[in-house]
Amino acid sequence: MGADAVFHVEGLRKSFGQNEVLGGISLELHSGEVTVLMGANGAGKSTLVKIVSGVYARGAGTMRLAGEVFDPQTPAEAIRAGVVTVHQNINDGVVADLDVATNLTLDRLSGKGASLLFKPANVRAEARAVADRMGLTIDLKARVSDLSLADRQMVAIARAMAHEPKVLILDEPTSSLSSAEADRLFSLIDRLRGHGVAILYISHRMSDIRRLADRIVSMRDGVISGAFDQKPLDYEGAVNAMLGRKIHLDRVVARSSARAVFTAESLQIAHGAKPISMTLGAGEVVAITGLVGVGKTALAETLFGVRRPLAGAMHMDGKPYAPGSAREAIAAGVFLVAKDRAESGIVDGFNIERNISLPFLKRMSSFGVMKKRAERAIARRQIDELGIVCRSEKDELSALSGGNQQKVMVARWMSQASRLFILDEPFQGVDISARRDIAAKLRASADGRATLIFVTEIDEALETADRILVMSEHTIVGEHRNADIDLDRLLAEVAGGPLHSVA
Amino acid sequence: MMRDYAIRYGFIVLLIGLIAYFASAADGFVSPQSAVFIFQSVAITGVLALGVTATLVVGGFDLSIGSVATSAMMAASYAMVVLEQNAIVAVIACLVIGVIVGLINGWLIVYMRVPDLLATLGMMFLLLGLQRIPTEGRSIATGMTMPDGSVANGKFSEAFLALGRHRIDFFIPSLIPVSVVVLVVLAVLIWFFLEYTRFGRMMYAVGSNERAAELAGAPVKAYKIWAYVISGVFASIGGILLAARLGRGDIASGNNLLLDAVAAALIGYAVLGAAKPNAFGTAVGAVFVGVLLQGLTMMNAPYYTQDFVKGAVLVVALVFTFALSGRGKR
Repeated sequence: MGADAVFHVEGLRKSFGQNEVLGGISLELHSGEVTVLMGANGAGKSTLVKIVSGVYARGAGTMRLAGEVFDPQTPAEAIRAGVVTVHQNINDGVVADLDVATNLTLDRLSGKGASLLFKPANVRAEARAVADRMGLTIDLKARVSDLSLADRQMVAIARAMAHEPKVLILDEPTSSLSSAEADRLFSLIDRLRGHGVAILYISHRMSDIRRLADRIVSMRDGVISGAFDQKPLDYEGAVNAMLGRKIHLDRVVARSSARAVFTAESLQIAHGAKPISMTLGAGEVVAITGLVGVGKTALAETLFGVRRPLAGAMHMDGKPYAPGSAREAIAAGVFLVAKDRAESGIVDGFNIERNISLPFLKRMSSFGVMKKRAERAIARRQIDELGIVCRSEKDELSALSGGNQQKVMVARWMSQASRLFILDEPFQGVDISARRDIAAKLRASADGRATLIFVTEIDEALETADRILVMSEHTIVGEHRNADIDLDRLLAEVAGGPLHSVA
Repeated sequence: MMRDYAIRYGFIVLLIGLIAYFASAADGFVSPQSAVFIFQSVAITGVLALGVTATLVVGGFDLSIGSVATSAMMAASYAMVVLEQNAIVAVIACLVIGVIVGLINGWLIVYMRVPDLLATLGMMFLLLGLQRIPTEGRSIATGMTMPDGSVANGKFSEAFLALGRHRIDFFIPSLIPVSVVVLVVLAVLIWFFLEYTRFGRMMYAVGSNERAAELAGAPVKAYKIWAYVISGVFASIGGILLAARLGRGDIASGNNLLLDAVAAALIGYAVLGAAKPNAFGTAVGAVFVGVLLQGLTMMNAPYYTQDFVKGAVLVVALVFTFALSGRGKR
């Protein structure tokens, strides 16, 4: 194998302070092949990409490109040597206010030896050449800000290809594209593959991976946990290697519920997706698992009224439930601990007490005036209940660890009784002990409400839930009672084969 | 620890030090009359600054406050002098203008998605022009000739003028002007509103993390619009006080209102290390500027150095807020 590899990585290591993010990565990329890199959040994918593209300095290890030592000090050096990266955020790759032609030739405008005067005719001719090589059919005079996301992505890739790289790294290029748009991107990638470019393709989307992959490499906790190049590719093996299976110290005793709190009937959350029907019972904790981008957050937001379903109905305690806003959902007793606490949860400049009371100010005030004593009492109780490590309820959240910040977010929504309690990725960026505390608290307090958690990591579902539902392609494809679970079937459902067997 | 104290009390210490310096250097600086004069000189900008604080709290900005105030002044004058209405009608007309401008600003920003600075800048120009149209660019005073050749015979009612000129007995007869009372009452009101009510709390949440506030069930759009309405109403109250003080609708007055008010609100960030917009800080900021100008005036500093001094104070205050307290880090 090694002989025809154009790009070699050997024993790459990287630490940030005490925290080792990459623990010895070895990787080969071959000309004219798409190597898919899979890994959950925090596996170290983006650190790897940043080292290869010259953003970070590596800790240890070697890299070789076409036989030569490759050691970029800056992103510009990596590009000049022939390793080009298109980052996840599309708008980083294009200048929105300029037209397509200028974008395609931008690097030449600013590079060494560029002509002082801007010659529109030259620019357009050069851009035309780049576009033709890529088979791009976008109007070169169009402004990038008027283009669809897919077209912008194409421009970003075409612009990268103007450097004629040997290695092209695409970081989750389809994460904001529709499937029709993705198809156009795939044919562009096929074309590049035909040109003999070695492509490293980072994605979670199984449909992308099935369509494109020549090889799959899985990462977990900073190491390569699996490499697959035997045809047909073992997709389930790759998912398994990425999500892993650790020893479960605390398996739960699965409970079942007789009384339904929440039902969804034929709920459709994305165009072309199969409808979702489910029932959540009082006292049970249900986990919905699935890869990133399969619609977990979309479903959570639909239940919480932030997003409207395309079709279908919901009921709470037998009554129709169609929330038009978070406010209405909260009034109906549906609470959501949103994903990404820094962006959608924490109010900077508010202390613990004020962060906890935020949604329930009305219940803690009379005639609009805050009852500070009641507010403090509730904050203290919640700090106690969840074991939040802090000096006092007056601490700012920026002084807390990630796990304790997350505990405050959970404490916020547990400070009042709910009917349906939803948590979207509650264990993200949370250390193991805080994760156990939160899971234990969720299970201990589950009586009287339905609890629904959305998690990518199967381990987290196994440790917390009575029942596990599997999501793939914006619908639910499997259901398991968390007792003697058939993990192989569960993994197969997560990997989402062409035939879905709805449980 | 030293650093914490410096950030927290630095500006207050600076204010006290300044007063102590002027007290020793300028004769008659420490007297009830002088204190009242300081408050009176900052009453109108102070009221405007308290209003703009509300928009700063929700993460916005209102550049139209100065021209709302002068528009209100012109409207009050027009109502009394040309339309020969009484004080109550004039006051109500001003407040209505404040509410309407606030609603339009809020609508532009929330629903039309115009950035706050641009929307209120546009509104500022619009009002500067609009207030001149009814009189074809003339100032309003009793006996003025109207565009159609008639003479306006109405005059400012005594009750209205009292808002700007009457002084209330307070230990010393006729000591405290009504405008200072209005400033103090509004300052206490907005301070209580922002610090002690759930609405104020939610406005801070909206300003700090809009998405978190929305997911916590707050009607974010309504809060933002309300903030601009508060700002508009406060600015129109400032305009009423201005009209009552001048006794005419002077087209050339009120030039410095916007900058002075914004400076007071931004200086307020530094007071007690708040590092955020707050009513108490805004009030202290306004007084700080007043003390400085009064002191310099009594020490015979030329008038044209005033803006320079104000600007310098503002820059120092902003350094306090952003560099020293470390809030600017992320």
